[in-house]
Amino acid sequence: MTDMLTQPGAKRIVDARGSFCPGPLMELIRAIRESEPGQVIAVYSSDTGSKTDIPKWVEKAGHRLVEVARRDDFDEIVVEKTH
Amino acid sequence: MKRILILGGGVGGTLTANLLIKKLRRQVKAGEVSITVVDQTGQHTYQPGFMYIAMGGERAEKLQRPERGLLDSLVSLVVGEVDRVDEATHAVQLKNGERLSYDYLVLATGSRILPEAIEHFATEAHHFYTAEAALKLRKALDAFKGGRIVVAIAGMPYKCPPAPLEVSFLIESELRDRGLRDKSEVHFCSPIGRAFTIESVSEMVTPIFEEKGIEVHTFFNVEGIDPDRHAVLTLEGEELPYDLLILVPPHKGQQFLMDSGLAPAPGGWLPTDRATLQVGGRPNVFALGDATDLPLSKAGSTAHFEAPVVTERIVAAVTGREVNHKHGDYLGKVMCFFEIGDGKGTLLQFDYEHPPRPPKPNQLWHLGKIVFNKTYWHTVPKGRV
Repeated sequence: MTDMLTQPGAKRIVDARGSFCPGPLMELIRAIRESEPGQVIAVYSSDTGSKTDIPKWVEKAGHRLVEVARRDDFDEIVVEKTH
Repeated sequence: MKRILILGGGVGGTLTANLLIKKLRRQVKAGEVSITVVDQTGQHTYQPGFMYIAMGGERAEKLQRPERGLLDSLVSLVVGEVDRVDEATHAVQLKNGERLSYDYLVLATGSRILPEAIEHFATEAHHFYTAEAALKLRKALDAFKGGRIVVAIAGMPYKCPPAPLEVSFLIESELRDRGLRDKSEVHFCSPIGRAFTIESVSEMVTPIFEEKGIEVHTFFNVEGIDPDRHAVLTLEGEELPYDLLILVPPHKGQQFLMDSGLAPAPGGWLPTDRATLQVGGRPNVFALGDATDLPLSKAGSTAHFEAPVVTERIVAAVTGREVNHKHGDYLGKVMCFFEIGDGKGTLLQFDYEHPPRPPKPNQLWHLGKIVFNKTYWHTVPKGRV
């Protein structure tokens, strides 16, 4: 896909467009588990539920929601791993 | 001669080899093409059966057959463990010293489980991702006389996303049958904000959880175990005590893929194009099944529907024609059965563009799963379905 980390400190992109199972939030949780604190992760999602599901989990897990933005035909949700 | 080398004798590797030989039989017989599968054990395992060792009286020996017997006789099989892929020389080095060259490489190397990544897993928790572990879980269930059973997920991604829900339903049914339900609690812990990732499926199973009295915990991602207090701890900062703990263990891709520079650490999942299944833009290296980083279910079904795509692309390259995109582009198709207990099941079928619309659970879909499990050896690996 999909999962690009081009240089240290760069935003990690998780392209979860078209993911119904396991789904964009599960893909974000995977990326969070694999990342170090301070890493910024952008999830691309075509699932309209992600822009509410993902911020809810981010708040519950204590990470930082950086941005929710509408792109051409998908949502980009940007999260910083804080701990 | 064009050499096609397939690493892994699971669903994806075996099916790809058998589909390739159907298209390239003449070239293989003429010595113009070779197809070789490398597998570390030489045994093909039907992994979806593991859950039924724990839950349904399945026997481990029925879930394994020699890989040689599943492959067309014109496909070569090498039994050995891969040490490294050397891209510079287009060769795969085995740990026994053997070196295999390739023109086309198919990485069907699956995923591996790492229960040891969670401290105290071995002594405190059970799982059902190997035959041995499933049998151990069966014995623990046999010895269970009542208390709190917790089913939770300790890593992402993991094989077969519905499996922990299925286990929760099947355990609850069993407890009722054994007259232990009144003395027991069943807790299912979901990593996300609802019972299941697919909203329509979640809406279908939520009332079933309620009806069965299974308590659902959301946003529950297991990070550790406190063995002294018999409690499972989450990365969201919560904890839940247990008497019997069933955890989906963390999964990773194969270490040699990371060592060879094909897959990034720490996950080890191959960066795979969602349509062509080519790895990292390489025209002659393909991945399928659990080994990819695609945002899809890690399940045999995914590999099953990816194998024809890899086949079409390699056949087109070997025979010097254009790819037929009808067969050579993967559209994300996955199809799997979903057990909900009490002899009922449903079917999840979807692709990148179409979410699943599961039918109302009934006995037919449960029987469909049982029949599929029993007939697997004669159908899927041989390319008959």
